[in-house]
Amino acid sequence: MELTGADILVQFLQDEGVEFVFGYPGGAVLHIYDALYQRGGVEHVLVRHEQAATHAADGYARATGKPGVALVTSGPGATNAVTGIATAHMDSIPMVVITGQVATPLIGNDAFQEVDIVGISRPCVKHNFLVKDVKDLAVTLKKAFYIANSGRPGPVVVDIPKDVTAAKAHYEYPQSVAIRSYNPVSKPHSGQVRKAVNMLLRARRPMIYTGGGVVLGNASEELTQMVRQLGFPITNTLMGLGAYPASDPQFLGMLGMHGTMEANMAMHECDVLMAIGARFDDRVTGELDKFSPSAKIIHVDVDPASIAKNVPVDVPIVGEVGEVLKQCMTELDQADRKVDPEALSAWWSQIDDWRSQQCLAYEASDEFIKPQMVLETLHRLTNGDACVTTDVGQHQMWAAQYYGFDKPRRWLTSGGLGTMGFGLPAAMGAQFANRDSTVACVTGEASIQMCIQELSTCLQYDLPIKVINLNNRYLGMVRQWQEFQYKSRYSHSYMDALPDFVALAEAYGHVGMRIDNPADVEGALKEALAMKDRLVFMDFITDQNENVYPMVEAGRGHHEMRYSPYQSFRNQELA
Amino acid sequence: MRRIISLLLENEPGALSRVAGLFSARGFNIESLTVAATDDETVSRMTIVTHGDGGILEQIVKQLNKLVDVIKLMEVSDGEHLDRELMLVKVRATSASSRDEMDRLVRTFGARIVEITRQGLIVEVTGNDEKLKAFLDVVESGSVIEVVRSGPSAISRGGKALKL
Repeated sequence: MELTGADILVQFLQDEGVEFVFGYPGGAVLHIYDALYQRGGVEHVLVRHEQAATHAADGYARATGKPGVALVTSGPGATNAVTGIATAHMDSIPMVVITGQVATPLIGNDAFQEVDIVGISRPCVKHNFLVKDVKDLAVTLKKAFYIANSGRPGPVVVDIPKDVTAAKAHYEYPQSVAIRSYNPVSKPHSGQVRKAVNMLLRARRPMIYTGGGVVLGNASEELTQMVRQLGFPITNTLMGLGAYPASDPQFLGMLGMHGTMEANMAMHECDVLMAIGARFDDRVTGELDKFSPSAKIIHVDVDPASIAKNVPVDVPIVGEVGEVLKQCMTELDQADRKVDPEALSAWWSQIDDWRSQQCLAYEASDEFIKPQMVLETLHRLTNGDACVTTDVGQHQMWAAQYYGFDKPRRWLTSGGLGTMGFGLPAAMGAQFANRDSTVACVTGEASIQMCIQELSTCLQYDLPIKVINLNNRYLGMVRQWQEFQYKSRYSHSYMDALPDFVALAEAYGHVGMRIDNPADVEGALKEALAMKDRLVFMDFITDQNENVYPMVEAGRGHHEMRYSPYQSFRNQELA
Repeated sequence: MRRIISLLLENEPGALSRVAGLFSARGFNIESLTVAATDDETVSRMTIVTHGDGGILEQIVKQLNKLVDVIKLMEVSDGEHLDRELMLVKVRATSASSRDEMDRLVRTFGARIVEITRQGLIVEVTGNDEKLKAFLDVVESGSVIEVVRSGPSAISRGGKALKL
């Protein structure tokens, strides 16, 4: 069948099973928008800024595991999308971003709305393509989806010049593609798996540390099964939360810069560390010279380049996480050796001792709303089952610490890039993916303003997101670092002239609520959560001086945490 | 330590910039880079000379392998290998005696004179880095007008080969 490039694109998206395209029209993509109008079959979501198109596609991908799709025009449309592309790249989120381009004869001519998006996006994509011939379009799109969603996932940009969308070619949906230069490893080396299992069974102070790779690899079940079978303690990175149930006693909470005492101390003291789908990020390891000094390290990752990048590894295993875990369990079943129960129980009693110190305890207040309390209440009222997105800063860390996730794909946060403005559009993507679930966007008064225009999109598509704005009138995390490291010189971290968020929400056609009394927190949340068909913007006026604790500051190891002044007795050693 | 990495990559626009971009983005050192199509026109072969210890080299190799356009690669300097570079040197030689001296030098180095004019001559030297430097060392520095080096191409000795 002969179709125009624009029709091929729209038909391909249908054939590929794409449900939603998050986009914004413009000159270079007008043929494509006309095909969307005439051909249909794919729901297009009109955002209010291209950054939000990419974040929404990303949020959809995180919530479902399917690649998110964004469609933007050339020039500024494409450059606006870059932040969202980089966000997805850092967190390995499968996404296909289609950018319009000026017509091929104009490329390189400084034409109107021309930008070299293939060049601009190159360092922050898994791969990108410029389609110069309509005959290559369908196969290129298939390659893009295949690359985005296989191996270590990531965003792929497909740049399509306007004349290519008008030209005609024969179309047949390519069922599969082979790329000779791209063959991600899936099955692990069985010898390495055996070595790892042997090492685990000989451990006296074992520790399991898992990251976003377990969520991306849909391997939560396997992980949970193996960790329970072993009886070992486990911690998750920020990206890995939800991969292991937070309510399980073997779970020690998050590790790293704002990790719990028990997780960080266990990382420091362990003798065998198994890292699964995690990449030893600097926010996780603290000072590398002080990282897990006595541990032998097993590292499982689908991306060989992640292994031994920051920390030397004793047993590297390249393969899909789920596949590796299954093989580990088979090896465990067949092994003669068992874990030394006495050593393990001594290790657990040490861990329980750390845990009993309750490092996340905070001073309650009748006067000020404590942000931690808002999140604990949200957790209780949603039975820990809401889909939570965040922006970046203190609220993000508190959400990670106080909203325990029992299931994967319920926690959507920009971990690697740390993109303020991610929360609201990501919540849109998550709400499209889970029409009947509660989707909460936990944010702050600074972050929310970076993509607040999307309140308009939420109205258009009836997205009943609950915006939990923890409003402390500060760029909270910046203020915290300035307090600790710059003698409280609060340089430009104060948000003066804030809008009236209630009025703003109402102006956008939503429900606004302002809560400034701790006694009203629970009632307000209940009321908001009961409004199943409305977006509710809840502006919580919180304690301005609250900080995120514990904290591993720059140059420190996991065992050198700073605790809340409420628990100041433990900070003495640090001085 | 000096390392030579050879890679086969898709002969497509943008492939070179992906490799070059990777080196600059990750702060890897790059001494020289040469690239040309092979006997198979869909494939380019690139030779990169870099410096780094084992850990850095491992990262370079892994990150290069991760690029979708890279089909295959090999650290050629890891085993017995040949590396050859072409250098063209334009030398000022206006007197008969200076030309004679150049001629002796060129023969000693197994090089060739490829052009002679009234102003001077152009010498073509092929060899490894050491030999090219040695040649430049003995040519009177004041007489060198222009030097161009191709960057090394390298190949493994014996039966080992980098091919599809």
